[in-house]
Order: sequence, then C-alpha cells, then structure tokens
Amino acid sequence: MRHSLILLSCTVGALSACSASDATPHSTAIASADYAAFGPMDGARLGLGRTPDKTVLAAMDTDIDAKGTALPAGRGSAEDGKRLYAQQCAMCHAPDGRGMPPAFPRLLGRDPKAEGFVFAADPKLPHTIGNYWPYATTLFDYIKRAMPLTAPGSLTDAQVYALTAYLLAEDDVIPKGTTLDATSLRAVKMPYVDRFLWSDEVGASR
Amino acid sequence: MSTPDTSVTRRDLLVGAAGALGGAVLAGLPVSVDGQEAAAARPTVPADPTKLQGGVTTQVGTRSPFETPTRAPYGETVGNSLTPLQDLTGVITPSDLHFERHHAGIPAIDPERHTLTIHGLVDRPLTFTLDDLKRFPQVVRTYFIECSGNGRAAYRDPKPDMTPQKVSGMISTSEWTGVPLATLFREVGASPKAKWFLAEGGDACLMTRSVPIAKAYDDAMIVWAQNGEPLRPAQGYPMRLLLPGWEGNINVKWLRRLELGMAPWMTRWETSKYTDPRPDHKADMFTFVQQPKSIITAPGHPREVKGRGWHAVNGLAWSGKGKITRVEVSIDGGKSWSDAEILGEVRPKAAVRFQQMWEWKGQETILLSRATDETGAVQPTRTALIAKRGIGTDYHFNQIVGWKVERTGKVFFHGET
Repeated sequence: MRHSLILLSCTVGALSACSASDATPHSTAIASADYAAFGPMDGARLGLGRTPDKTVLAAMDTDIDAKGTALPAGRGSAEDGKRLYAQQCAMCHAPDGRGMPPAFPRLLGRDPKAEGFVFAADPKLPHTIGNYWPYATTLFDYIKRAMPLTAPGSLTDAQVYALTAYLLAEDDVIPKGTTLDATSLRAVKMPYVDRFLWSDEVGASR
Repeated sequence: MSTPDTSVTRRDLLVGAAGALGGAVLAGLPVSVDGQEAAAARPTVPADPTKLQGGVTTQVGTRSPFETPTRAPYGETVGNSLTPLQDLTGVITPSDLHFERHHAGIPAIDPERHTLTIHGLVDRPLTFTLDDLKRFPQVVRTYFIECSGNGRAAYRDPKPDMTPQKVSGMISTSEWTGVPLATLFREVGASPKAKWFLAEGGDACLMTRSVPIAKAYDDAMIVWAQNGEPLRPAQGYPMRLLLPGWEGNINVKWLRRLELGMAPWMTRWETSKYTDPRPDHKADMFTFVQQPKSIITAPGHPREVKGRGWHAVNGLAWSGKGKITRVEVSIDGGKSWSDAEILGEVRPKAAVRFQQMWEWKGQETILLSRATDETGAVQPTRTALIAKRGIGTDYHFNQIVGWKVERTGKVFFHGET
C-alpha cells in the first residue's frame, strides 16, 4: 500500500510539474491498467535486483548536467586543446575543423551567414558550437563520454577541459588562450541559449 | 527394405543443388539501391515443382530466392539503413528489416554481463540483470518507432526517383515484450521529487537522453523482445527503452543506466541535435511526439502500374499521439479525397495498413494519402509545413506525399504537395 501511494504521488507530482509531457494527448496507461491485472502482487515490490557497487556506478555516472554540477577537478587550456585537437580530432573533423558532415560535424569556426539563428530559412547553414549549442557543459559531457571515435572515454579530465576550451575559443565564445576548470566552465554562457524553447511537440510552444 | 532408387538420389542431389544454387545466385546479385530489385538473372527453379520432392527442413528459415527486400544504405557506423516499405505488407516490420540508426555502431553485448542500473532520486538504487527483468510481470504491445529525421530528404529536396524506402523508410512497427518502466520505478522507490530521468545506452557514444518522468507512468517500457524473439542487436539487444510514439533517438538502445533527477541534463542529443529550428529564430526542444503521417507504399516508384482497371492502393499510417482515426486517399492530386479502408486492428502509436480500390483508366494522375489521428491532428501539405516551420527545419517531417502515375504506367514520387 505504501508503494501504491508513492506511485500515485509521483504521477500527480510529475503531471502537475512537468510541462514537457503532460500534454501528450493519448495515454495508453500501461501502468495503471496492467497493475490491476497483476493479481496477487497487489502493488508489492518483488525484491529483485541488487545494490550497485559504488565504484562501478561512479565509473558509469559521468554525466554533466546543464549547471555543471558534477564537473570534476582539473583544468585545461585552449593551447593544450589545440595540440590535442591535431592529434586526436583532426583525422575525422579535419585540421581546419570543417568536419565531414553529417557523420563528423563541423567543429571549428562560425559561418557569418549562419548568425542570428536563421536556420529555419536554409538547411545548408551549418549548426556549430558557437552558433547553436545552448550549453557549454554539454561539450565536456559529450567529449568525455564519446570521443575520440577510435578510443571513446580515453581522455583525462584535464584533456577534456583543454579541448572544450579550444573549441569554445575557436568559436569566439570565450577569449583565445582561456584555461577552463569547473568554475569557469559553469560560468560560460552560450550566445544563443535564449533561443531554445521547451516544447513537447514541434511548434507547440508558438 | 528397398534399395533407394536412383531417381530419389537424383532428386536429393537436385534439391541440394537447387538450395546451393539459390544461395549462390542470391549472393551474386548486384547490390540493390534503395531496395529496388536487381534486374539480374532470376533464381533457377524446376520447370514444374509438382513433379519432384521439395527442399528439406532447415534450422533457420530464409526468404524465397525471389524475394530480396533489403535495407539501404548500409555499411555505416555512424548512419542509418532504411526499411524497404515497398516490399512489405501488413503492419509488422520483419525484424531483420527494421530500420537502423546508430551513432557509434552496433555494440556486441553479452547478455549475461549486461545490466540496467537505476539510481539518482530513488529510495534504493538497484542493478538488474536481464533475468531479473524477466521475472517482473510482462506486457506485450505493438508500437512503431520512427526516426525524427524520417522524410527529411523528401521534404527539403523531393525528387521523382525517390522510392517509398527513400521517402519514409525510417518507420518500423514491432510487437515488443518487456516490463513497464513504472514497475521498475516502484521497485527502486522513485522519489516524487524526480521530474526527469536520464537514459544511457551501452554503445560507444554512451547515448544519453533526458525523459520527463510522466512518460514512465504513462506507457514507457523496458523491452527485451521484438516480434517473438530477443531484440536484434541493431534494435538494442539485450534491452532498450521504449517510449511509444516518441522520436526514435530517445528510445535508447543497449540501455544500461537510468538516473532520476530534477531537470533535463541537456545532452548533446537533445540540444545540438534533435531540436527544431523555427522561422522566428528560435528552436523547439524536447519535441518528442511523432506527428500523424502516412505514405502509399503500393504503387510507388520504381514499380509501374501494370494494366488498366482496378488496383488496390495501400500504405501505412501512424501517429505518435494515439490512434489513427482516418486515412484519406486522393486519386486526383488532392482535388477530392475519400476515406480509405483501415485493415486490421487500430492500436495507439502503432502503424495501420490502409487500402483504397482505384480504377486506373490510363490517365495521368497523382495519388496522395492523408492521415488524421484521434486528437484531430491532420497531415499538412508540404507547402503548409514549410510556411509554418521553414525549409531548414530539421526533424518531424509529416507532410503529405504521393505518387505521380504517368500514362505509360510509370510511377514517380510526388513530394511537392
């Protein structure tokens, strides 16, 4: 019974507070319908699963949210990032950062034609870090979890800070020569962050 | 006991030879482009199959050598392969033809070593094995999955030689078996404070997407089976997140971790990708729901309309918002519309097959289809969609599409609706 109450309060809480999904018009309501059919369980826990090993979980739990809450210690300079880029990134994203879209996106430099967030008018305008990405913390998260392609997850935190600094500096988001750490990365405001609207359906927030 | 007569021996040899030959012929076929059947030599079969014994039973079935549906393109690590819609009937997509979209290839995973950990704002963080998940009460549901980029090329740059596969091949429908996510959230004691959860895949990019928690208490599932057997590796073996009706990317494959939290994480995939630029110089994000959509798959380029008279025009319709309530077909380029028959059961967030009988009198015409769902949402024309969202919009293309039939019976894509 206690868990039924938790479930109910979760549902109500989520629906009232979560604008991004409460407008989903059709609910097939698996949860409630099928619980009713589960008979003898009557909402009980099954007691399955085991407590995760703290070390194993910590190794997996590397996600960095938009506030940069879990950014690790360490620091890296745009200069170091430039060297790393040549060694680790240029083979896919090209020495000049043009990339090979769509598999390997453009990473360096902003196209003046693509300023002002005019992407809806022309599909050829490149979405780049400086002219599109709303959060700088996302760069750290993604580089650390997925790059480089040939050895994902192999970069140290200092290297990830350095590459983040280099990419942001090359896109004129931060001054050239900047060194980033957790505090300074949290403080970076991306140029077009205010253009992003939360909508549960395309066009719905108009 | 009689001595085996020589004709039986010869028959056995023939059967064996035919099997081997069939395989060899298939393997030697030119690679098809967009699922178009190669015009190469037809497989060899006996002139009269009623006059000799047929092939033997096999461990794993194969298609008739005359049927060669293929996904296209293929061979990409960071890329996609599209379902050959023109080769399929009904609503279930054969598992080996389910479209693919991978961002770091298909990981090779040992199901005995793979686990799902749920943590964050929960009473009890827990790690589940696949065997653990299978002990929970299971549900079986039929849902489509559609890549939110499906139809991009046909929207931005429609070309006459586009096939149903090329136009809209990133939609597939399967019967899925799994456990409601709500069941697992109850098991870990999800906190009422949690508003979002992060889903993380076990591929080389550790795919991450943020999901509003209400979806977990609606119809979200963790699934491990597809069309009666374990998931295909390309569909997330051994387990994936299934968020019915929502864009493909968020149905995280090879799922290994769910973290409950207060706010979306703003991962690369929900910020720099999978956001929808708008004409007012803004962008919509978290646009999860796939809009109502349909496509006629027969006829469709390059197959010709063979012969005047009656033809069964048919295709697929689907909506991420719920049930399809109506599919209309126009046989005169949109001047008039009539309701098509919907074949079989209509299920929410699953494709339906529609059909309309059409008498072709040899004239040039355009065939179109238009879907409506239970929320009243209707497929717009391409012109209307461009006016509303711009030619550079990046995802969620649900414009009306169709086929131009020429007097010769040749069929070409008609995308400029």
